This record gives sequence, C-alpha cells and structure tokens, in this order.
Amino acid sequence: MNRRFILKMSAVAVLAFSTIGLSHAQKSITLSSTTSTEQSGLFKHLLPAFEKKTGIQVKVVAVGTGQALDIGRRGDADVVMVHDKVAEEKFVSEGFAEKRIEVMYNDFVLIGPKADPAKISGGKDIQVALQRVANSKSTFISRGDKSGTHAAELRYWKAAGVEVSATQSWYKETGSGMGPALNTASGMNAYILSDRATWLTFKNRGDLAILVEGDPKLFNQYGVMLVNPGKHPHVKKAEGQAFIDWIISSEGQQTIGSYKVEGQQSFFPNAKK
Amino acid sequence: MLSAFNDAFSLLETLDANLVGIVLVSLQVSLTALLVGCLLGMPLGAFIAIQNFPGRQGLIVVLNSLMGVPTVIVGVVIYLLLSRSGPLGDLNWLFTPKGMILAQSVLTTPLIAALTRQIIEDGWRIHGETMSALRLPIAAKLKWLVWDCRFSLSIALLAGFARAISEVGAVMIVGGNIDRVTRTMTTAIALETSKGDLPLALALGLVLLGVVLLANLMTAIIKSFAERRYG
Repeated sequence: MNRRFILKMSAVAVLAFSTIGLSHAQKSITLSSTTSTEQSGLFKHLLPAFEKKTGIQVKVVAVGTGQALDIGRRGDADVVMVHDKVAEEKFVSEGFAEKRIEVMYNDFVLIGPKADPAKISGGKDIQVALQRVANSKSTFISRGDKSGTHAAELRYWKAAGVEVSATQSWYKETGSGMGPALNTASGMNAYILSDRATWLTFKNRGDLAILVEGDPKLFNQYGVMLVNPGKHPHVKKAEGQAFIDWIISSEGQQTIGSYKVEGQQSFFPNAKK
Repeated sequence: MLSAFNDAFSLLETLDANLVGIVLVSLQVSLTALLVGCLLGMPLGAFIAIQNFPGRQGLIVVLNSLMGVPTVIVGVVIYLLLSRSGPLGDLNWLFTPKGMILAQSVLTTPLIAALTRQIIEDGWRIHGETMSALRLPIAAKLKWLVWDCRFSLSIALLAGFARAISEVGAVMIVGGNIDRVTRTMTTAIALETSKGDLPLALALGLVLLGVVLLANLMTAIIKSFAERRYG
C-alpha cells in the first residue's frame, strides 16, 4: 500500500473509462420499442439496412409498450415504436410527440393446450373463444404489465362481456414480458394471448399451439413517434426523423415485408403514403 | 441439460464474435465497478474498523444491510437519477456502460466496505495495542492493517466481483440490454430465457460460470504464490 500502487490503480481506472468513450463516436439514436419487435428478430433484419444507408446506429431498448412510452415521456429515447393506439394517442395529446405515424401490423393469436379443455380450437371469433375459456374456468395467463398485448387482452375480455380479475383462481396475472408469460403458460398448460411474431420465435412451446387466429379484431397496429423536441430539447430530431422517414419509405416498408420467421411473414407494412 | 453443455462448448469453439463482445462488456463493467468499490469501500471499511465516533454501530448496521439491497432497487434509483428528467440527466449516462458501472459500484462499495470493516477490525484486535503504544498516526495504522490483512481481504474482492458480474436487475434497467452496446452475459441470459431458448440461456450461464471460476482460480494462484513469497 504505497503511493505508487494507488497511482497505478488510478491509471487503470482512467484507462478503463477511456475505452468506454471510444465506442460512442458514431451517430446514434435511442429507440424504445416493444419486446415483440426485438425478440422476433425484426430489428436485426431492419436496422443494418438503415445503418448502412445513413450511418446512424439505432440502439433499441425493448420493453413493454407502457414502459416504452414512459421512457419516451422522460426523454430517455429519441423515437418510440409501440403497439397500443389508445396509449399512443394519449402520448400525442400530452404533447410528448407531435404525431403518430402508422408503420405496420401483425396479429394476435390465442394460444392454448393441444388438449383444449375449453374447446375453442379452430374458432375464428376471439370473443366466443374467451367466453368459453371463462365458462370452463380453464387457466388463463395474462401479461398484467400494461403492455400493448395486455391492453388488447383486456379490451377483448370487455368485448366478450367477461369480468376478469386476479381474484378468480383460473385467471393469473404474471406481470412479465411476452416471453416469460409464454414460459409460464407452457409450464401450466394454460391459455394465453400472444402476438404472432413472438410466438413464432418462441422455442419452449411444450404442449401449446395456436387455437384461434384470423379474427379481424386480432389485428395489431404498430405506430412510430418522434419524441417532441419541444418537451425534451436534447432529442436527436434530425436523426430520429431520418429513421421515421426511412421506415415509412417504400424501401423501409419492403424491408419489413421481406422479413420471415420460419418461412412466415410476421409483420405487414401499412404506412400511409 | 446435455444439449446445453453441447451448446456451451460449440459457443466457445466458434468463439462467436457476438459472445466475445458480450463477455467483454460484462467484464469491462463489472471489473471497473469492482475497482471503484475497492477504492471507496476499502478505506471506508478500514476507517470504521479502527475509529470510534458517534453513530458507529448504526453505520455498521446500515453498511451490513446494504450488502443485501435488491439489485432491482439500485437499478430503479440509478435509472431515475440518470434519466433525462432526473438530476443527473445531463451526463447522458443512461443506457450506456458508464451508467451500468455507476449502478454496480453502488452494489460493490457497501459490500466491500462491510467485509473490509470486519476483517480489519479482527486484525485491529490482535495488533491494536501495539499500534496504540507506538502512537502511529491513523493513516499509518490503516496502511499497516490493510497490508497485514491483504490475504483475508482478497475475499472481499472476490465477493464484490461476484456481486457485480452475476447481477441482472440493475444492468437490465440502467443499461437497457441494447445489442452490442449494453448487453451483458446476465441480460443476454434473461433475453434468451424470455425467448424460450432455454438451452442457449443455460449455455450462456455456463460461460458466465466459467468466467467467474477463472477469476477465482487466478486469485487463488496469486494468493498462494504471494503467501509463499511474502506470507
């Protein structure tokens, strides 16, 4: 323990910090988005094309829609891309974004055990299917995390005329992301609402399968918003806008459409030109 | 389980560039947090060990409790501090390795301080009278004690490293698990688990275990070498 030792240690500390600084020379934006877009692999397909064209690196923080919007509200992201129209419009009306632009959609599917105790397999109507799940008191796993999927699930229950709450023993809120919730459903052989993209990339399926799909009500729209620089002056407006312009351009839209998981198209571009 | 071992070995065999990047981010963040924890925690712990002052017992209880603070809580607090809407927002450290280092330093510092305090206090019981008789100034006493207890103190070092490298709660929230920027071994494991790819998650876990094992092995070798030479 002499002075030279302390000096040496400090030098190491300075070095360690300086290497951290090096990796941040490139232009970049922070995009807060949902687990479904990240975990399905869409961004790995999409972002290199954008980075190659513009030299802008996109750093994706993937969380539930509710949390992704909160990150935007606090000014910790430049661009937000999520899937809960009601919450997004609230975000705009609060002034955190100037406008919301529709980018693409995918769809929700109702997953359940192959044995299908609620007898809903092959159905095309989400409301009828949920009523049967409730009537048979089959175990249902809810995200319970204010994500876009959770918000959609609650809307479907309401439309089906079923009151759900955690006090019912068959209805279980996990308060977790899509993947962890699917792991829970797989472990309990339960019913669960999932977006198609996450389901397609999910590997620990156990005895679960898609039982209900194709209802137009299961349509799941994604929107993109630039965080309002009027609220948060440090937002990288030019770079963020460049990303939005590219993702709704015909090139960006084609790149989304060309992404396939296990041979299936997962996201369908529908930006209005 | 078996396929996980296979996966882990094939991951290592190919030395996947992505995996190397993840391991490097983990090491960079956790080793720097360990260094900060030592530079702050060891002097603090040693000072508390030999100095009497009002509120000392209370401080020791607080320090010992902080060893068990949930990493998620540290994550949330640091997130709120570093957020653009928070007091340290201008640093622009959120979702960067710097922010993660700060969060992990908050975890390592009290742990290292608490362990150092106990170890130095035990040393003080043995040598205290001699040192008091010699009327050494406090800085000299601390130097002597830390040097004397250096082999026992290596456990504080290893505990601090283990606390940092194995935690996922704080780095996930503060780092954001951004691919190629803030993705560490633990957040990658959490990600693969949530994708339902349990074998790959387990394989990454084995790699993490390997890194921790290597660190402990190196410490043990250095320690036995040093003990033989200077012990």
